[in-house]
Amino acid sequence: MRERQVHGIVRPKNAASTALRLILFAVLGLFVLYYLMPLIVMVVTALKPLEEIRTGTLLSLPRDITFEPTLRAWNSACVGVRCEGLKPYVWNSIAMVIPAVVLSTMLGAINGYALTKWRFRGAAIIFGLMLFGAFIPFQVVLLPMARTLGAMGLAGTVPGLVLVHTVYGLAFTTLFFRNFFISVSDGIVQAAKVDGAGFFGIFFRIVLPMSPPAIVVTVIWQFTQIWNDFLFGIAFTVGDSNPVTVALNNLVASSTGVKEYNVDMSAAIIAAIPTLIVYVFAGKYFIRGLSAGAVKG
Amino acid sequence: MARTPANLFMRVRRVDLWLPKLVVAPSFALSLFFVYGFIAWTIYISFTRSGIMPRYEFAGLIQYIRLWETPRWYVALQNLVVFGVLFMAICMAIGILLAILLDQRIRAEGVLRTIYLYPMALSFIVTGTAWKWILNPTLGIEKLMHDIGWESFQFDWLVDRDMAIYTIVIAGVWQSSGYVMALFLAGLRSIDDEIIKAAAIDGAGPIRTYVGIVLPMLRPVFLSAFITLMHLAIKSYDLVVALTAGGPGIATDVPATFMYSYAFQRSELGLAAASAVMMLITVMAVVVPYLYSELRAGRK
Repeated sequence: MRERQVHGIVRPKNAASTALRLILFAVLGLFVLYYLMPLIVMVVTALKPLEEIRTGTLLSLPRDITFEPTLRAWNSACVGVRCEGLKPYVWNSIAMVIPAVVLSTMLGAINGYALTKWRFRGAAIIFGLMLFGAFIPFQVVLLPMARTLGAMGLAGTVPGLVLVHTVYGLAFTTLFFRNFFISVSDGIVQAAKVDGAGFFGIFFRIVLPMSPPAIVVTVIWQFTQIWNDFLFGIAFTVGDSNPVTVALNNLVASSTGVKEYNVDMSAAIIAAIPTLIVYVFAGKYFIRGLSAGAVKG
Repeated sequence: MARTPANLFMRVRRVDLWLPKLVVAPSFALSLFFVYGFIAWTIYISFTRSGIMPRYEFAGLIQYIRLWETPRWYVALQNLVVFGVLFMAICMAIGILLAILLDQRIRAEGVLRTIYLYPMALSFIVTGTAWKWILNPTLGIEKLMHDIGWESFQFDWLVDRDMAIYTIVIAGVWQSSGYVMALFLAGLRSIDDEIIKAAAIDGAGPIRTYVGIVLPMLRPVFLSAFITLMHLAIKSYDLVVALTAGGPGIATDVPATFMYSYAFQRSELGLAAASAVMMLITVMAVVVPYLYSELRAGRK
């Protein structure tokens, strides 16, 4: 008894604790199946010919694997009246996401720096007011935004979407950088000020070189949010300028001809791949972004 | 730039007094205009008779009266309550359960965590498309059950007026429960091991340790998970569109789809604005006190 208690709180091993351990793994395993099942179904369905989809079931593995549906989803499936697959819309999304992420991240970085390291009068109130923008239901800005984009000549364009995503991403990016810079010691900045370094000098030579973690978290968060956006895409773009999420929805919802589930699933995978890749390779930072988005400091 | 002895000691250059304000100004101006200005604009539209085009003569509460006389609005609200309550409760339950289980020194924790959380990286449109196929009444899960021998199995919630809203709960929980898990796991990790050891020495079983001692210490985590989930539930537009498109009929309409439909399909701008304002008020009622207390706590 005594010897077994050497490992802290680990209780003596007996049949009951072994059984508990087994139940624990069984439950965890069941949840693994639950979370993976839709992904497996998507991949399996995407690789099956239509004939096998009708005769088989959701989970039956493809007998002869075909990439034809995937190719069709990429470059010839019909989205509305245009039958060029998702390819042009993926390019729209790329053309939207890169400038929007770069702009909102840069503005967020400089805001976060100015708000924490150069605390001027009213900085806290300005931050509070900006932060609120992260929490509004976007339905409340849709109508004025549509009119404003129209007045600016940006209605139905990718640059219009870049503007929208940059503006409504600012609250998040400023929050991320502010929370990061608040944990950076003021001493180093004060010392640089004593040495005569100015606002931008300190930013570019001292603060920015220590910011890669914050930059990575922000870029990943913004990339995922903007790539996955649907509401702004559907409200502010038309046909040719749709981002991939809107095109995917149109492709799946189109009811002409035979329903090609394998093409639908291929299209869904195409739309999901960029964010999934980011998640697999940088999941750690993604999780950090999630918790930074939830816990303010 | 000259470093004369006079300004050597903590003398901030003049330009640095207004530069910080200058760099924040564009972002602040953008949020004043695009957030506060637009909210005011929407509120104003909601007090007019705007139809296809905005009209700016003040018309009082007419749109709000119309809104609260529209049966479809009640369908949307009822769906939001059903969806919201179930979505939040089940996400919390699964998230907390998984966090506690993963906290038991599991060797494969990293892999499991990754699997539990990956749906969060997906677009709700992708999730909706996948679940629409899985829940397909003829070829989906029903056929799977028939083929493994359960001939009488029936699952047609997706096209059943009364049950379709629950399919949205199923897909929503699948997508977001991993997130709650991640929040609580981080919370559990921040709790001092000594407390858990002390409870074990006192003879408290694992369930009593967690329910009676550990979870009450995670009050802030509950709060932020609750805020985020509620926010997701009220904003849930994509998932409904992808999974049921609000149907069958208007059976799964929620305020977000209601607003969109009146604004962009039925061209009732005034009514759409009124419904958007109702959504804003609901979110603000929860978020503003939360933000206020968080920011105050942060200042201390």
